Amino acid sequence: MSLSLDQIYQLSEDVVAREIEGELIIVPLAAGMGDADDELYTLNETGRVIWSKLDGQRSLADVVRELAQEYDASESEIAADVCGLVAELVRRKMLVAAS
Amino acid sequence: MDGFVARKNIASNPLWQTREPRLSALDIELTERCDNACQHCYINLPQNDPTARAAELTTSEWKRILKEAAQLGVLRVRFTGGEPLLREDFAELYEYARRLGLRVTLFTNARRITPELAALFQRIPPLQKIEITVYGMTAETYEEVTCAPGSFAEFRRGIDLLLASGVPFLVKSVDLPQMRHELPAFQAWAATLPGMELPASVTRILDLRARRDSPARSKHIAALRGDPEEVARNRLASSNLRADILRLAADQHGANALFGCAAGACALPTIDARGRMQACMLLRAPQLAYDLRAGSMTDALEHFFPRLGWMKSETPAFLRRCARCFLRNICDQCAAKSWMESGTLDTPVEYYCQVTHAIARQVGLLAEGERSWDVTNGRERANRILGGINEPEPGSNLSTL
Repeated sequence: MSLSLDQIYQLSEDVVAREIEGELIIVPLAAGMGDADDELYTLNETGRVIWSKLDGQRSLADVVRELAQEYDASESEIAADVCGLVAELVRRKMLVAAS
Repeated sequence: MDGFVARKNIASNPLWQTREPRLSALDIELTERCDNACQHCYINLPQNDPTARAAELTTSEWKRILKEAAQLGVLRVRFTGGEPLLREDFAELYEYARRLGLRVTLFTNARRITPELAALFQRIPPLQKIEITVYGMTAETYEEVTCAPGSFAEFRRGIDLLLASGVPFLVKSVDLPQMRHELPAFQAWAATLPGMELPASVTRILDLRARRDSPARSKHIAALRGDPEEVARNRLASSNLRADILRLAADQHGANALFGCAAGACALPTIDARGRMQACMLLRAPQLAYDLRAGSMTDALEHFFPRLGWMKSETPAFLRRCARCFLRNICDQCAAKSWMESGTLDTPVEYYCQVTHAIARQVGLLAEGERSWDVTNGRERANRILGGINEPEPGSNLSTL
């Protein structure tokens, strides 16, 4: 999947994201989110950091720039992580492109 | 793990990296009313009971509670009753709970599953199997139990709607004299249903009226209870259960604590239809319930329920029997059931003693005529039997020990 860094992404209406005791829990709302209907989803540490920036306001380029200022990594490395996460979340229908 | 996202089946994977939320699950008794009138039931009030209906929480009150539950970290709520589908706002409350990110278990008799409700469950799945209690395999038996003409056809229609919609559910039943002869047919039918990975559970011990609201009904329920030896045999039909029983007996230590169970930690509380928070679904002693109309779950958890963990019995009968009983951990006796039976929190319940003694005799922990509270070497007895089980005979299904 090719992603444009100019695109803004937001949480899909098909999931509910909850933060409980420091854990980000993504709860499917609509049917057909996963292989089974009784499973929840969590993000790893890198995923949580990126997720916190995906607020439906910032473009992916904004997210990459902000993270590059906050972390000791190159923009290209961060862009790869951001695009990797977003692609995965879009594939799982948890994130959608904002119109 | 697939990249950044991990899928968690929380029944088999730990969800929490550091600390768990204060509350992870909550039982919600939406109504005490039911459209069935089963004589064995511990809680049902008539469907149109005006007093019960008037006392129920409103939609907005339930929403406030659900919202606070989500804020406390609750991931699963169980909607039960009475018959929760009698609430006209059920669909609204269900969708509200799901949109808060809660998984929902529904306990129902399935009579009021409509095409609209089945479609809702299909569109927004509960993420937990719906649990349906079955009272018979024929209309004659079913309606003899439910005392509700036409209920069997409605139940079957509800089942068919869920099947057609692909909504996962499981079925369970009750060991009642009226339907005992149909239990084999029930199990055979249950095994054909798509959601049934395990044999259907069958309630073997009936609880008396939970609110102590009808001595006559409680007396009737007691009369419906099965013979203790037979109940014990049925419970032991699972060899794993037998192993568990022996382990529990081996680990038992006598104590006068009233709440040695999860209720003492208020780990799975219940909110009743009137907004009273209880430490467990059965614990309805008024002095141990917290009025959520006048407070909050947070206040109840921080300031009201912790005292349960410290409560101890000073009743001679309890101290002489339950506190010394090496079978305490496998007995149904608890403060809630004691209150249902006797109105106190710590009166030994003779029926539970009979069933537990029967189980213990059948697994070789007790000799005929022995009383468990007189046994001083219970742990040794259990360990001796466990040692025998650890050397299974060829072909034994106890080898998982």
